[in-house]
Amino acid sequence: MAEHATAHAHGETHHTNYVKIWAILLVLLVVSVVGPEFGIRTVTLITAFGVAIVKAWMVAHYFMHLNIEKKWVVYIMVIMLAFMLAMVGGISPDVLKHDGHNWEKLWEEPAPGAGGGAH
Amino acid sequence: MGLPTGRLAVWWVVASEIVIFGGILGSYVMFRLSHDSWAEQAAVTNTLAGAFNTFVLLTSSLTAVLAHQAAERGDGPRAARLLHFTVLGGLTFLIVKAFEWTYEISHGYTIGSNLFWSFYYVAAGLHGLHVIVGMIIMLFVARTAKRNEELHRVENIGIYWHFVDLVWIFLFPLLYIAK
Repeated sequence: MAEHATAHAHGETHHTNYVKIWAILLVLLVVSVVGPEFGIRTVTLITAFGVAIVKAWMVAHYFMHLNIEKKWVVYIMVIMLAFMLAMVGGISPDVLKHDGHNWEKLWEEPAPGAGGGAH
Repeated sequence: MGLPTGRLAVWWVVASEIVIFGGILGSYVMFRLSHDSWAEQAAVTNTLAGAFNTFVLLTSSLTAVLAHQAAERGDGPRAARLLHFTVLGGLTFLIVKAFEWTYEISHGYTIGSNLFWSFYYVAAGLHGLHVIVGMIIMLFVARTAKRNEELHRVENIGIYWHFVDLVWIFLFPLLYIAK
């Protein structure tokens, strides 16, 4: 952590090979496009969404320099992600479930038609 | 705190953006899970255009981080040049998006068509606005960086730009691939 502040203070450069990181990100992009073409649900989930998490981590870690940033900055980001997950966790039963203890959802979003136009 | 004020401010912006985009994407995922029929709607979006735009944003992130590296070495003119390349990436992204939206809207898929398209236009639209804002700020930063002034700003705008890239990394599979 301290070395980051020092690097900024003295104008030193990072020694990360950013082009290599970028090349890896492009390979992962190809994987995320090709993987779902197999039409297998598990493969789609891993290649599209699993790979997206890896790509996001690489961008945050190497490009945003969270690897050498103050630790409390990382904590703030993690707390924000936790807030988001808490919101999703709190609302998802209402969206995904249609009944529960002493309640029943009477209205459901109508399924969209195959065509464009207003529904 | 041991952190320059400008960088601290950008991290707070990013922190607030996490809950803004997280709220939209989290809501989208919840509704997507309960509506299998959305797959037909997602099939309309152009995967190739989405993939190309992902490539463009990843590349613009590379030029942004290389600009930061140049700024740390005290090479303002090089940092400015690389920031201009980043802006060019943002512009390319928006042009591709404009073609996509023109096609989709002309075929009747508008923000009011149904919930999928409402999410699509709100999420991609808000993201597009962030790209525009980033480009404008970057042009200002490049202007001073060219004169070797305020070089610390190059990193600050870079952090913001990488976050915009990061949001797209999740928007791409959600709106273009999950069919």
